[in-house]
Amino acid sequence: MNTGDLSTLLVWAAATSFTIALIAYTVDMARIAEQAQKRTRAAVPAMAGASSGPVSAAAGSADEAAPDRSHRAEGIARSTHLLGVALLFGGIVLRGIAAGRWPTANMYEFTLVGVFMATLVLAIVQRRRAIPFISVVVLGLAVLFLATALLKFYVQAEAVQPALQSYWLVLHVGVAISATGIFTVAFAAAVLQVLRDGRENDHSHLVAPWSRGDGMRRALSGWAVTGPRFAWLEQVPDARRLEAMSFRLNAVGFVLWTFTLIAGAIWAEHAWGRYWGWDPKEIGTFVAWVVYAAYLHARTTRGWSGRRAAYFVFVGYACVLANFTVINLFVTGKHSYSGL
Amino acid sequence: MARYRPEGLEDTFADNPADTTTTVPAADDASRTSHAPDEQERPVAVPTIGFVGWLRWMWRQLTSMRVALLLLMLLAVAAVPGAMFPQRAQDEAKVATYLLDHPTSGPWLDRLGFFDVYASVWFSAIYILLFVSLVGCILPRTKVHFSAMRGRPPRTPRRFTRFPAQGGGSSADDPEALVRAAEKVLRRPWLPLWPRYRTDVRDEGGGAWSVSAERGYLRETGNLLFHLALVGLLVSVATGQLLHYRAQAIVIQGEGFANAKVAYDTFEQGTAFDPSSLDPFTLQLDDFESSFDPTTLNPRDFTAHVTLTEPGGEPAKKTIKVNHPLDAGGAKVYLTGNGYAPDVEIKDAAGNDAGGGPTPFIPQNNVYTSRGVIKAPDVTGGQDQIGIVGYLLPTAQQVDDTTWQSIYPQPGNPMLVLTVWHGDLGLDTGVPQNVYELDESKMTQSVDEDGKPVTLYVKMGETVDLPDGLGTLTFKALPRYVALDLRHDPALLYVLVFALLAFVGLATSLFAPRRRIWVRAAPGREAGDGRTVVTAAGLARGDDVGLQPELDRILAALPLEPPAEPAADTSTTSTPTSTQETP
Repeated sequence: MNTGDLSTLLVWAAATSFTIALIAYTVDMARIAEQAQKRTRAAVPAMAGASSGPVSAAAGSADEAAPDRSHRAEGIARSTHLLGVALLFGGIVLRGIAAGRWPTANMYEFTLVGVFMATLVLAIVQRRRAIPFISVVVLGLAVLFLATALLKFYVQAEAVQPALQSYWLVLHVGVAISATGIFTVAFAAAVLQVLRDGRENDHSHLVAPWSRGDGMRRALSGWAVTGPRFAWLEQVPDARRLEAMSFRLNAVGFVLWTFTLIAGAIWAEHAWGRYWGWDPKEIGTFVAWVVYAAYLHARTTRGWSGRRAAYFVFVGYACVLANFTVINLFVTGKHSYSGL
Repeated sequence: MARYRPEGLEDTFADNPADTTTTVPAADDASRTSHAPDEQERPVAVPTIGFVGWLRWMWRQLTSMRVALLLLMLLAVAAVPGAMFPQRAQDEAKVATYLLDHPTSGPWLDRLGFFDVYASVWFSAIYILLFVSLVGCILPRTKVHFSAMRGRPPRTPRRFTRFPAQGGGSSADDPEALVRAAEKVLRRPWLPLWPRYRTDVRDEGGGAWSVSAERGYLRETGNLLFHLALVGLLVSVATGQLLHYRAQAIVIQGEGFANAKVAYDTFEQGTAFDPSSLDPFTLQLDDFESSFDPTTLNPRDFTAHVTLTEPGGEPAKKTIKVNHPLDAGGAKVYLTGNGYAPDVEIKDAAGNDAGGGPTPFIPQNNVYTSRGVIKAPDVTGGQDQIGIVGYLLPTAQQVDDTTWQSIYPQPGNPMLVLTVWHGDLGLDTGVPQNVYELDESKMTQSVDEDGKPVTLYVKMGETVDLPDGLGTLTFKALPRYVALDLRHDPALLYVLVFALLAFVGLATSLFAPRRRIWVRAAPGREAGDGRTVVTAAGLARGDDVGLQPELDRILAALPLEPPAEPAADTSTTSTPTSTQETP
């Protein structure tokens, strides 16, 4: 077995580890949901006369360690998550050794490093208190991408073509992938923020009848964010805190993304003789940058902060993902380095 | 203080009553509406504002946050078609193909600028409006920011209850000493000679003293720097467009060119560039080396060895590689392509030289199977001109009787596979011709008895007879050629500087914490007990996890005992926030 095969084996092991972590976090989340549902049923009649509603009472309790969480599931989730990060790191290092260069030169390697960054940032964000929902979203995406990488994107480890022989491969590509990883965690936080916000404000599109296709609404009404299925949302930090978390991550991601654009322009000037040429990848990166810039502006615009700003995060993250997948795989341009 | 604020900007930091002497929240709300009335209220005032009023209204709209947001999203949407449709600037041929394939929608898309998105009216309109909006917003803010930096930190508010961070205690020391001590802690330098906070100590009367402190002016400075740098970037890019030139040349091994407009295959320049200012250096290609991975055949290295002679200078040996352009005469020379230029000698039926010489063939795949056209116009005595179309196989291998293929990109066993045409090449019409294509309109292809085109297989060093008694062809040698791009853009340095300034400004504006802290020391309520009550509050721009720890740290440096009364502050003080600042 050579180094390249060993690397692939480690990546498979990491994918397995993340899958176990994903299942454990899902169990953890289900347990919280179950407990919260029970408690809401018990709490609502008792607090009917109280001045503070059940939501704000639960928000206060979210700061304490929730006593009824599944400690075993959380322990398994945390340890397999960290194990997965370590295994993936080993896989990436061995891949670099096998190829004799920095391992960010094709779609397979982009995906490995991106997943590594996302899961690492997730581990850092969750170091004090795990929010299972964010883990479920991020690890779900991580497992999906690792599996796709292993089954569809895999290419043999080898040296790179002359255009990629530059230290900018480390800076430009490395930073771009790190930013993608950070945006992933920020996206998960923004999703949770919007759900939590809906519950805090007792706002769901699935409650009032729709003018068209109301049958669909009734079929889905069990999934209303205000309904009992989402009672666990009262256990997560409040929307304001989740917004702050999402913003901090997005701010770091945006600065790294800006660096990616500038570093890319400098490299393009060296390699292709122009710093900007509206190559499809350049367009994708620019569009994502502008959307995240709009997000930063929306946060400080009256009437657009909070929930509405989070929608910009959704659009921005969709652009980042499209830039990574659609542009790499289906559009030809100067950035056609997927190796497929 | 001037209080410019773009329409719709929400900013609790600036909204805070601390900016003014008012401390009543209701009054603050009123002042806010007077500065930035809500969208819904404005139309009521429209009929009376007149023409100037309309202009002012439009200007306020354009520089408002909401319109900036709208323009940003429009810019993102407008940039997308450039990735979906072929673009003239990148690939003219692809646009032509698209137009042929879509005869109905194509011309309409063309008229609407979808094949030249980034030069189209609508795209330009969006980014120009965006920049006007940006300038209209940033310049007044810069002015406000300068006066804020020169002014005193905002006065200590009377009540601290609505601030996110609070703390306090009591002490036996007198109020002025305590406040002076707090000021000293606040002014502790961050960098040598650079105090962390700007402070202002006031005697509030009745024995009470207070210090107000503010830090993080860098945050707004960074924000303004970022936006102004974007303007600088746009101006630099536009200047570069005016003054640049770009030229392309194909250079065959052993040959060279001089830096003059006529020497290039293509030459494109900005409107303000003067071609006579070209630095007349000469460049010659001595050798070209390439290496390939033996199993995957992917390229590993390309190196062009050249001799550069600057005017009045000695010839100097240089190399050009991908990612390592050569600096020559204020321009950069890039290696953008390479291939083989088979050196072929064609003699006509009379035995005279009819044409040939090294002719660049264009590589078609990763084993350098290359296609090219050799034209032999200089026939003697009214014979037909000869045109040869065919392929070069660098390392030829026979597959079956009539099929050969190249198996390696290096010249292991070079072979030319050619078909022959004769007639009028059409070179004398004066219309420029594509050297890589043969105009077959006035030519006939040589065929065998079965009517199939005659195919010649010529190995290096061989001489073959051309069909129909046209003459002979000798494959003499196989030199390499390189495609070079020359580019000169005097604004490059400015583009880089403004991009880096924007980056620094952005990072500062997102990560530098902006905080205000107030500490007040007043004699205790029970007269004569000699105790001094200290209260403190903090306010930050945006969500700032480091605010409360900072306030705690400042209070800890004072000789205080915890407040005697069961203050509600203790719970906030013990929130599980570490000393970590905003990331």
